[in-house]
Amino acid sequence: MEFTIDFTKEQIESIEEILQKELIDLGVQSVILMDLAGNVIVNLDSGESDHDVFSLAALAAGNYGAVSAMANIIGEQEFSLLFHKGEEESIHFSKVVDDLLLLTIFNKNVSLGFLRLKVGEAIKRIQSLI
Amino acid sequence: MALINPKKREVQVKIVYYGPGRGGKTTNLEYINRKFKKRILNEMVTVKTYGDRTLFFDFLPFDIGEIKGHSIKIQLYTVPGQVKYNATRRLVLRGVDGIVFVADSMDLRREMNIRSLQNLKENLEAFNKNMSNIPLVMQYNKRDLSDEGIPILSVDTLEKDLNSQLKAPYFSASAIRGDNVAATMKKIIALTVSSLRKKLE
Repeated sequence: MEFTIDFTKEQIESIEEILQKELIDLGVQSVILMDLAGNVIVNLDSGESDHDVFSLAALAAGNYGAVSAMANIIGEQEFSLLFHKGEEESIHFSKVVDDLLLLTIFNKNVSLGFLRLKVGEAIKRIQSLI
Repeated sequence: MALINPKKREVQVKIVYYGPGRGGKTTNLEYINRKFKKRILNEMVTVKTYGDRTLFFDFLPFDIGEIKGHSIKIQLYTVPGQVKYNATRRLVLRGVDGIVFVADSMDLRREMNIRSLQNLKENLEAFNKNMSNIPLVMQYNKRDLSDEGIPILSVDTLEKDLNSQLKAPYFSASAIRGDNVAATMKKIIALTVSSLRKKLE
């Protein structure tokens, strides 16, 4: 079953505000809210990075699907949270609702625990909007 | 379904090149990437195996200007053609707006084309989509092989095998030479975008 959400301008603005306040203002470099078809819904950054967000979203959707298939093999419905650690930058993925993922790119200055906490709060607030 | 962002007035359209393995889907995208380099801002993304076959997908995004005050972002994807990668194909089809079916004209591949089209139909059904009402263009690829004396299927045969019920627009093409690659792409973009027009009004 395919699930797609149509966003209004007001919803997008509210989501942007949440992501700005909860994540970008705290030092996260880049945030992408995307659907599992690989579409970018909201993209914010701190101005320091110049990532190709459309390619990132396409690959992230594929990656999430592949990892979900792995989850099924071991008897899990899905892994709702993924984390890829790099030398300088890392990527954190978290499910928002059925068809939406929140991708966060951050560097060594942000601790993973703190990021997870903030992502959790942002997701709760976004869920209340849609 | 295409994603419409009312704030940025931007539409993201997903077009998938489908078809049997080694049929030329990636070659189509590679040609488009070279030919329209100036309009394509980002690098083409490919996830390949060591044997140079598409493992996951290829991805090529570009802008085609504005329609009804919305900027249109086209995202071209290919699927891995090999039979065993069906889970990945299904993943890539998620949210598809338009499809190019790249059939292999080689005589030997007749059965593979038919099976791949059937597989497309089944995978679309998994997303509650019907192949007969999604924008679709047929491309009969590798027409150049006849110049090398390799037996190929006639366009009539391909039409009868694959397109007798769908009656989709079709092109004879050679992706490796670039013949009708741009025409195929322009046709699927036109069909897909016109099916979206109503939503943009």
